[in-house]
Amino acid sequence: MHIIENGNVAAALGVLLCRVNVIAAYPITPQTPLTERLSEYVESGEMQAEYIPVESEHSALAVCIAASSAGARTFTATSANGLLYMHEQVQWAAGARLPIVMCVVNRAVGAPWNVWNDQQDSISQRDTGWIQMYCSDHQQIIDAVIKAYWLAEKVSIPIMVCYDGYILSHTYMPFDVPDQEKVDAFLSPFRPDYALNPDQPANLNTVTLPDVRMDVRGELAHGYMEIRYLLQEEMRTSLTVAAEAEKRFADIFGRGGDPYIEPYLCADAQYIAVGLGSLTYQLRVSVDVLRKEGIKVGVMGVRFYRPFPDEALAEALKGKKGVIVFEKALSYGYEGALVSDLKSALYDHLAGTGVMPMVQNIILGIGGRDIRTEDLTQALRAAAKSRVSRQPVWIGLKL
Amino acid sequence: MGTRNYRRKTSHSEHGPGDGGRTGSWRVERPVLNTSLCIPCKRNAEACFMCWLFCPEVVISRTIPPAIDLEYCKGCGICAEECPTKAITMVDEADFTDEDKDKE
Amino acid sequence: MRDHKKLKAFELTDEKDFIEIRWHGRGGQGAITAAKIVASAAFVSGYLGVVMAPTFGTERRGAPVMTSLKISRRKIYDLSPIEKPDIIVVLDHLLLAEADVTCGLKPGGIIVLNTPKAFESYNFKDYRLATADITAISVEAGLPHGMVNAGIIGTLARATNLLGMDILIQGIEEEFRTRNPEKNSLAAKIAFERTVARG
Repeated sequence: MHIIENGNVAAALGVLLCRVNVIAAYPITPQTPLTERLSEYVESGEMQAEYIPVESEHSALAVCIAASSAGARTFTATSANGLLYMHEQVQWAAGARLPIVMCVVNRAVGAPWNVWNDQQDSISQRDTGWIQMYCSDHQQIIDAVIKAYWLAEKVSIPIMVCYDGYILSHTYMPFDVPDQEKVDAFLSPFRPDYALNPDQPANLNTVTLPDVRMDVRGELAHGYMEIRYLLQEEMRTSLTVAAEAEKRFADIFGRGGDPYIEPYLCADAQYIAVGLGSLTYQLRVSVDVLRKEGIKVGVMGVRFYRPFPDEALAEALKGKKGVIVFEKALSYGYEGALVSDLKSALYDHLAGTGVMPMVQNIILGIGGRDIRTEDLTQALRAAAKSRVSRQPVWIGLKL
Repeated sequence: MGTRNYRRKTSHSEHGPGDGGRTGSWRVERPVLNTSLCIPCKRNAEACFMCWLFCPEVVISRTIPPAIDLEYCKGCGICAEECPTKAITMVDEADFTDEDKDKE
Repeated sequence: MRDHKKLKAFELTDEKDFIEIRWHGRGGQGAITAAKIVASAAFVSGYLGVVMAPTFGTERRGAPVMTSLKISRRKIYDLSPIEKPDIIVVLDHLLLAEADVTCGLKPGGIIVLNTPKAFESYNFKDYRLATADITAISVEAGLPHGMVNAGIIGTLARATNLLGMDILIQGIEEEFRTRNPEKNSLAAKIAFERTVARG
């Protein structure tokens, strides 16, 4: 059924449909309406779940870690400084291989204090061992939450479903809310290999030595390094599992596409804009304008940021004249994190082949600075003419 | 031989003797129980068991008298500290003969 | 004083398949709810692209707020705030002095205004104006003083012919189903009748 609602409600409905057992969250703008909505579902009995109010984001994720360890399907959500406050537990959840799903409603981080959108918060969590998915509209938000539970539980890796604060979280648009029966057909109840059980007590993630050890049964058990290696290995193979999730989803719900990237008019394009989230949809409007001017441009949305779809991106971008990476975050002291990752992928797959595109970086929309479509069009037009700068170019800056 | 086929992906340990190796050899002092002071022994009833409750290595049994598994007891002395009747004393390992040690 | 006939109703045709409406109100006045009702009505009427984006951040009761409503035959990819609206809806006439509500309004664009003042007291060169005293009409319909967001929809419907009044009334009653649905839809119906428009 199609409804018109905001992005936070789309996320909440996804959580409702996934029959999540435990929700623990601390309100922070612009995530607040999402957790409020979930607490209403629980209060009204519409959702059979424990809603555990906590005193901080750190505690919210700690509750999810405990509940997930006990075999519950768990959910939390946060933004910006809340995510940063969670950081220690974020790393823990990944090392513990718990399939927690968390919505990150992207917002700028302080200082200075700012409640508006950019993507510095989730990008700063890039190396924590969580899968990161980025959404461009409300349909992608609700669908991503549903896919995320399936994928997370399949690969035992937690997932951040990231969507732009306000631009998506507070904006209303139509989207389809899938039937409960279809979601149930897609997603079985969570059955972990081991769940905390008084009859089979276990210590989880206690001090784990640098070297391997004999366990109580006399079997050779992992050391810290093996456990971390396996996280990396299975993060990489989760790309394949994500493709399986996408196909399964498409079979049941009748929509879906490329699981990792979302190209628009890329096939014959000479220049391609690349980005994460709603910005890549706005860029489609600029692409349409420039196409009418005869400039062959396209736009590529990156839906999975971790694991990074290096091969798919290199394949899609090979032979292009230029790639322009638009980012609402950066790695201070160098450039946007996405552009660095992308260049690394291009080097890995295309070095020496003579089909390596030139890469430029544009930083914009920091702290909710307006992103005018005209400015995007102008930036893309200029970048398609010639390389503007080796350094990231900031647009919308009034310095 | 590596851990490739180990059945867990995470750090997961089960209780039971030996998860940390044979730790009894680490001991400098040994807990010795005086049954004439021990509450469950005196009453011949299930009572107290503070030593069992506090032992961080789970090597003291909930029995009358409580038994201490010296194969794994590290000699931390927490049981002696917690015993409300001072029925457990920590005795220097050097006071025990090799013969005593063999009997462990 | 009624002069609907002279109003060139703003109709969506194949040439004009993208309409941008900017709503100006005060925090707590319900501009976002009103825009949401219109958004839903547009979607029900077959517009696949409907986006309602409030201006974000520090909405406070009484402070000027605005929200963007875009309506299109096709999916909308641009969620940025409206810069050149076709229509502006003003829930409080005092905002005319307080905020630059006509900023970017296209020449020939429509202003839908809640005001107790006479239609003739306004002179917007280049724009078409539609007014009604929604504040009084809403009280007449039995609503508490200051509840104007359902009523203004009646004036918007009359001035623009954008969407069917029946669908809008349905949307109002659905939105306000727990808060005086009939009084709210009555306010919209009276406002529809009493709207004064020329341009």
